Amino acid sequence: MNAEYTLSPASEAEAAEAVRGAISAMTPIRITGGGTRTGIGRPVQSALTISTAALRGITLYEPAEMVIGARAGTPLAEVQAALAEKGQMLPFEPADYRTIFGSSGEPTIGAIASGNISGARRLWAGAARDSLIGVRFVNGEGEIIKSGGRVMKNVTGLDLVKLQAGAWGTLGLLTEVIFKVSPRPETVATLALDGLNDARAIAALGRAIASPFEITGAAHVPQPGKTYLRIEGFADSVHYRAGELGKLLADFGTLKRLDASEDVWPGIRDAAPVALPRERALWRLSVKPGLAADMVAAIRAVRDGDALYDWGGGLIWFATDASGDAGASVIRAAARQAKGYATLVRAPDSVRAAVPVFEPEAAPVAALTQRIKAAIDPSGLFNPGRMFAGV
Amino acid sequence: MNAIAFPKPDPGIMARREAIIAGLSAILPPECLVTSEDERRAFETDAFTAYRRLPLAVALPRTTEEVSAVMAYCHREGVPVVPRGAGTSLAGGAIPQEDAVVIGVSKMNRILAVDFADRTAHVQAGVTNLAITNAVSTEGFFYAPDPSSQLACTIAGNIAMNSGGAHCLKYGVTTNNILGVTMVLVDGTVVEIGGEAMDAPGYDLLGLVCGSEGQLGIITEAHVRILRAAEGARPVLFGFPTSVEAGEAVAAIIAAGIVPVAMEFMDKPAIEICEAFAHAGYPMDVEALLIIEVEGSDEEMDAALARIIAIAKAHGVKTIKESKSAMETAAIWKGRKSAFGATGRVADYICMDGTIPTGQLPLVLRRIDEIVKSYGLRVANVFHAGDGNLHPLILYNCNDPVEARKAEDAGNDILKLCVEVGGCLTGEHGVGIEKRDLMRHQFNEIDLNQQMRVRAAFDNEWILNPAKVFPLDGRPQAGTAR
Repeated sequence: MNAEYTLSPASEAEAAEAVRGAISAMTPIRITGGGTRTGIGRPVQSALTISTAALRGITLYEPAEMVIGARAGTPLAEVQAALAEKGQMLPFEPADYRTIFGSSGEPTIGAIASGNISGARRLWAGAARDSLIGVRFVNGEGEIIKSGGRVMKNVTGLDLVKLQAGAWGTLGLLTEVIFKVSPRPETVATLALDGLNDARAIAALGRAIASPFEITGAAHVPQPGKTYLRIEGFADSVHYRAGELGKLLADFGTLKRLDASEDVWPGIRDAAPVALPRERALWRLSVKPGLAADMVAAIRAVRDGDALYDWGGGLIWFATDASGDAGASVIRAAARQAKGYATLVRAPDSVRAAVPVFEPEAAPVAALTQRIKAAIDPSGLFNPGRMFAGV
Repeated sequence: MNAIAFPKPDPGIMARREAIIAGLSAILPPECLVTSEDERRAFETDAFTAYRRLPLAVALPRTTEEVSAVMAYCHREGVPVVPRGAGTSLAGGAIPQEDAVVIGVSKMNRILAVDFADRTAHVQAGVTNLAITNAVSTEGFFYAPDPSSQLACTIAGNIAMNSGGAHCLKYGVTTNNILGVTMVLVDGTVVEIGGEAMDAPGYDLLGLVCGSEGQLGIITEAHVRILRAAEGARPVLFGFPTSVEAGEAVAAIIAAGIVPVAMEFMDKPAIEICEAFAHAGYPMDVEALLIIEVEGSDEEMDAALARIIAIAKAHGVKTIKESKSAMETAAIWKGRKSAFGATGRVADYICMDGTIPTGQLPLVLRRIDEIVKSYGLRVANVFHAGDGNLHPLILYNCNDPVEARKAEDAGNDILKLCVEVGGCLTGEHGVGIEKRDLMRHQFNEIDLNQQMRVRAAFDNEWILNPAKVFPLDGRPQAGTAR
């Protein structure tokens, strides 16, 4: 292989040119944004890296229309600062993986889209893919493609926007993304229960989520046995709902409202309670919430590890020893039993080369995946093999 | 109206009609197969009634396995398939063609399971939108997307068109409320996409399938999210002297950090039509009406409304009328949701569905008025103000071919305007045949070719709903995808 080199196109046209150059040389392309999540996926072998670092800047922000657009390499922090200035936010609370990976650099808005990166508020507000309403990208023919746009209701043509969300750069080089945004709540309250075991905690969270009180965060940290709920809105409404939830959950213990200075949600969003030490493998499981506690118990019956529950049990982070298959066979079987699946977010390269990082797909779905990849990236140049062999 | 072309029926298929019906009869019992001309008439169009084509036959399978067998048969025989839910498409998405077999999901209308603890329902795809809410409302839950046709339309059709509704400002559209589907591919293969968990692995195929207008497969079952309803909901009517002031009030409400569950707009012609039909108590002396709905406990609603009323007053609101009872609430929504039907009582109409950036509202409303007047026609405007999804209803006489053509031309001009100001051709009704030939106003050839290559990844022979969405000229030769 030739010496490794990086291109940092400064415009969409330059990005397309860089891709066309790679196509004519049949050089695989590794795409990178801020470099904070490169550890996710199967290791990508390529000589050429295209960085979005110079594709930067907010291209559109209309607070009254609740929409923001930015070039893919725009730091997430820049987007969030612009939104905060107008009292708005990205509704899905994107997670920061720097603690998980010990990475430096600045997460980019394009990576939030391509990784479908959400946080605790996903429970109420949907995932990144639900807020992503427009993309522009360079496909594997070196063509610039647009899909979706700046309006939140749009069913014109096939939704290639969703396809890009969670494709981890295997379906082209994103150059610009447009998200719908939401008002930043005036008041946020975190309510906590103490000392519940996993099953009781999930039951309490489930009851709260099934109430009319608009829960925007529902997490359980088994060590040290803290169960958290979040409600948001105008102060009087938050106060009212906090009271109602206290009554609703009375048989689980006393629901305490945390001091506003004690913000547990960034840590939950970023999986901080189980992120360290980094030598351990870290799994991310999405399952049917009501089955989460039993699933974790089933895994722990055969393999030690620490769990963190978010989304009322719909999301489980599980840290375990990275030896062997990092628990893949046990964990994936348990996740399937719980009507869900597992992603190996962090493990040494050697493990990720041997163990599927993304949940293996059933044969007919895998065939669709391969054909979609071929329809957008016919030469298979973008992040080759990052998600699946050949994808 | 004859402006929209259909592909010429394949004479080879037409000649084999008897053999094809015999083949289908070997798969389905007689009660699941519609072959007589009289009965096939019921399937020749949908809610886009200006166009109709009699299908070759209609299959109404009862199970995923039967759908799979029919699809496999049609695929083997090279016979086009047009999927159909309840046939309520306003864009002609379910209009057949003469050489096609319609596969309708109406016999698959059972709710298979409801899980209140995990807030999901597992349904067959022919179940109606409202039937899901009705099945879970005893426990205080509902299924959020609420298209105006919700009494009749099916989940299969909702998924195919990614349907919205009046309340999606807060709760999102279909794609945000579906967890997984069972889908039959063109060759009869059955796939499970997504599932019961919140996130799904791999490419977001579910997101791709939502809004794909029956071109990628036939949905037979779905896992949908159900939500706990708010403690209460209260719509309030705000009458404004001008549309501009109403539009500015909407922007100001959002800027104040308030996202009401619904913000619906009607102009004076729409108010008059809907009031005459629903007797909802709409104010008749205003040019623009906003129906703004808030949710929560009584105190929460009072507080939210106080904020909204203050903003409305700062923007020149003329009349404010709060719903005081469940009956009034029902009447207010009946008026809005019957807007299309009520309009149908006074004239024939075509319904547009473009979305615009809400900041462009005053300009677009003025231009719509000018466009429609220039064709010598009338227009009534109803739309989802919070998200800019417009529904101008262009009134005309369908027995007058010249006027019909003018109405279609005016509609096309309006949709082009929506794209020009940064919006799109269709917000929730879909492209179907209605907007198919306008697609080049929103997308260039490169965009369309990319979409068609993705389409071909599912249906390389262009058998599934083939006359829809993409302009008939400039398509790749069937079967040539790599």
